Amino acid sequence: MAVIGHIALNVFKESVRDRVLYSLVAFATLLIGASYLIGQLTAGQDVKIIKDLGLAAIATFGLFIAVFIGIGLVWKEVERRSIYSLLAKPIRRHELVLGKYAGLALTLLVNVAMMTIALYLVLAYLNTQFSDNARAVWPAPAVDVGMLRAIGLIFLELLVVTAFALFFSTFSSPFLSAALTFSLWIIGEFNPELRNFEAVVESPAAAYLARGLSYVLPNFAAFDIKTQVVYALPVPSSYLLTTSAYGAVYIALLLTGAVAIFERRDFK
Amino acid sequence: MRWPLLVLLVVLSGGVVALQAVYERRGGALAGSTEQVLYVRSPDAVKRLALSYDALLADIYWIRAVQHFGRTRLSTEPVKQYNLLYSLLDLTTSLDPHFRVAYLFGAIFLSEPAPGGPGRPDLAVALLQRALQASSRQWEFAQAIGFVHYWWRQDYQQAAAWFQRAADYPDAPEWLVPLAATTLAQGGSRESSRMLWQQIARTAEDDWYRNEALRRLRQLDAMDQLDRLRAVVEAFRQARGGPPADWDDLRRAGDLRGTPVDPTGAPYRLSDGAVSLDSASPLNPLPAEPARIR
Repeated sequence: MAVIGHIALNVFKESVRDRVLYSLVAFATLLIGASYLIGQLTAGQDVKIIKDLGLAAIATFGLFIAVFIGIGLVWKEVERRSIYSLLAKPIRRHELVLGKYAGLALTLLVNVAMMTIALYLVLAYLNTQFSDNARAVWPAPAVDVGMLRAIGLIFLELLVVTAFALFFSTFSSPFLSAALTFSLWIIGEFNPELRNFEAVVESPAAAYLARGLSYVLPNFAAFDIKTQVVYALPVPSSYLLTTSAYGAVYIALLLTGAVAIFERRDFK
Repeated sequence: MRWPLLVLLVVLSGGVVALQAVYERRGGALAGSTEQVLYVRSPDAVKRLALSYDALLADIYWIRAVQHFGRTRLSTEPVKQYNLLYSLLDLTTSLDPHFRVAYLFGAIFLSEPAPGGPGRPDLAVALLQRALQASSRQWEFAQAIGFVHYWWRQDYQQAAAWFQRAADYPDAPEWLVPLAATTLAQGGSRESSRMLWQQIARTAEDDWYRNEALRRLRQLDAMDQLDRLRAVVEAFRQARGGPPADWDDLRRAGDLRGTPVDPTGAPYRLSDGAVSLDSASPLNPLPAEPARIR
């Protein structure tokens, strides 16, 4: 575990050196700029729109970090040939893979946490700009702890995406890994559609195939509860638990696959 | 590949499938995130393409709807075209079926007669009827449908029926019952209109909606004042054999104490014996009244 921790810390430091945290500046600028502008455009819907925008931006910034850093985690070591010196040390291959993953997870955690704080600060400011009457009609308060449930699931979704990127990076080029990861993310967002395929195709075989695929392919739509938290709609704890378990098992599956491939890889 | 890893892979694959099955057995996505799945029409196509950004896309369409309405309303074009308005509102509410303000304000935008709006109360009712199915606080949307029938269609039977339907919802406010009765008994009278707007001004939770109600109440006050001024002008005409040239004539005759102003402070116009709002008054245009209640 100590080895994995050291590798993770190094990945985190490297991502800081790579200026990944600059994304936070872009996020803060986007939110502050939007909160200033939308007041003029939205007939009093500022808080709802800042929540929608903030949550979507956290997911999008995180997605790009997860994909573009995740695909280079293993590939970079191979390309630079630093993999030889790494493997010559008392580091086992699975520790390297898991350490790399944990490092990127830590980077994402710091990013998501900072973006969340920025979002809450902007919402706290907006809250002061409205009368009690206007606030009374909001389905949820501006500074709502309930939003953390959606942010938690966004973070878990990003961890699954990272696991995909890392998995692909163990055996393919960065370009192909990025293409595959993005494709799977898009397919995963369409996953609920696959289960209702019989409504749009006549062939029962195609409908069964689509339904079967919906079980195997990642269901990223399940991690999306942004609408529910913005409107304070009920999100049962059982839903959060099941979705979290689903994400955790999927991550474990992908990391196991990544380790299995990396263990067999010949670097000669 | 090592055997333990292979076993772990199989077990975890089974876990993914099992948890996906649990997800589906629980009813799949939570209410509000995938309404009207595979309903083939363009808003749904947009909804599918929005991936997980449907709420954000709804916000963008809402901003566009507000901009389209405002820009067209303020334009100097002789014939104002609000062609995109319903489509934008339809897309907004399809992407985010809980967007309460888009339904309520959208219905007002659609109902406004030309040139202030497209004059399509039928589309306003259609939008609000979708809200009844998609969102909570149903009494509010039923009341809004009644309101469209009352104010823009002057169909007081329908209006009363919708107010009564709104009153029947368990969380409806008590004032809807007398409103339904008054509408049925004396719908279209200025007093019943005043009662309707007063209730909205008193109970509206949105600043924009309350301000709109206050504006309508000022319009009703202005209509009362115009009636009184026309009576004064008519009396002057009968006494002097011709209409007054301006307000000073009436002031000198002792009929008025000064230039009369509407509830916003804009002076009324007197031209060739006809009294009207000033063209710059924010109360323009005044609502049409059925001839029978004048």
